[in-house]
Amino acid sequence: MRAYAAGLPAPEFADPAWVTPVPLAEARVAIVTSAALHEAHDTGFTNDDTGFRVIDRGARDLVLGHWSPNFDRAGFAADLDVVFPIDRLEELAAAGRIGSVAPRHLSFAGNQEDTVSRIRLDSGPAAAALLTADAVDVVLLTPV
Amino acid sequence: MCVLAHVLEAHGIATVTLASVRPVAEAIRPPRALYCEFPLGRPLGKVGDPAFQTAVLEAAFALLDVPSGPVLADFPEVVELDATPLACTMPPRYDPTLPPAVDEARALRAAWERSRAARGRTSVGRVLPGERIDEIASAFAAIADGTPWKDAALPDNPVGCAHDLRDYYEEAALALADAPDAAVPGAIEAWYYDVTEAGRTVLAARKAMQDAGAPFPLWFYLAPGTR
Repeated sequence: MRAYAAGLPAPEFADPAWVTPVPLAEARVAIVTSAALHEAHDTGFTNDDTGFRVIDRGARDLVLGHWSPNFDRAGFAADLDVVFPIDRLEELAAAGRIGSVAPRHLSFAGNQEDTVSRIRLDSGPAAAALLTADAVDVVLLTPV
Repeated sequence: MCVLAHVLEAHGIATVTLASVRPVAEAIRPPRALYCEFPLGRPLGKVGDPAFQTAVLEAAFALLDVPSGPVLADFPEVVELDATPLACTMPPRYDPTLPPAVDEARALRAAWERSRAARGRTSVGRVLPGERIDEIASAFAAIADGTPWKDAALPDNPVGCAHDLRDYYEEAALALADAPDAAVPGAIEAWYYDVTEAGRTVLAARKAMQDAGAPFPLWFYLAPGTR
């Protein structure tokens, strides 16, 4: 599966942006995952979903809604932090290693069209606006 | 993930990506990436190991101190997949008039319910709730036995049905009392496809659908591409 994914077309980013973050101990951190997680009451992902779902900081009733059968699912079933390390972030915040945990976290589906144009032009910027509204300084991106 | 990193960074948010496929990270070059050679599906590496997960996060956040990029670092520890099936006792046949997968799925109901209660969540329910999982098992058993897939009463998209059945079993496995190796990556998936009646039935149904000329996405994604 890794070899297959390595052969997929990859978009190029000319002149990519670079943000110098605030010190980690002052940073508000959010998780953005591509595991297609969603809260149990929220709408599930379709198999060509280019949008995202919001996961509240305190939510733990999460569903793995990804449509690919090509990755381990039992790990998430046993321990959601192995995909979505929200409890680890809470611990790091309590210990003062990070400034704070963001109130909202985001989830996309990793299986995207080859051009990923909707994420680049539509749902990605919408996600950025939501995170900016929550004063997020640093995003941790986790795949599956 | 790597694409999103560029998008978020362009909007003023610093990003750190846990990369699971190194050549993709090398090609897309997100601002900061930590390549972790862990089984796909476990980006923090180890189940039930907070110290290990925290070590991954610390290594990722350390990249925020790098003054310029893009930067791609490697987490020093590799976690390997183990395809040895989980060893646990399976329920005995109860109703021999039922297809084995249906009988088995019903027998695992108590384990699945214990698992759901213990964890407070379930991923079953994309098509049907766990309480009705035997309907999905029955439809796949019919296809495996020769019923044309369109006539087999699958309640929805076959792939969604297959996800529900697999999630039901994998969650049930977590509650089987003699399953100490649940955290071993790959063990539960191998158990499902190699040992259980349901997993083997889905694989047989998948082959039957392929042979019958079903659309590729409807049969191929019923199980991992490696099977």
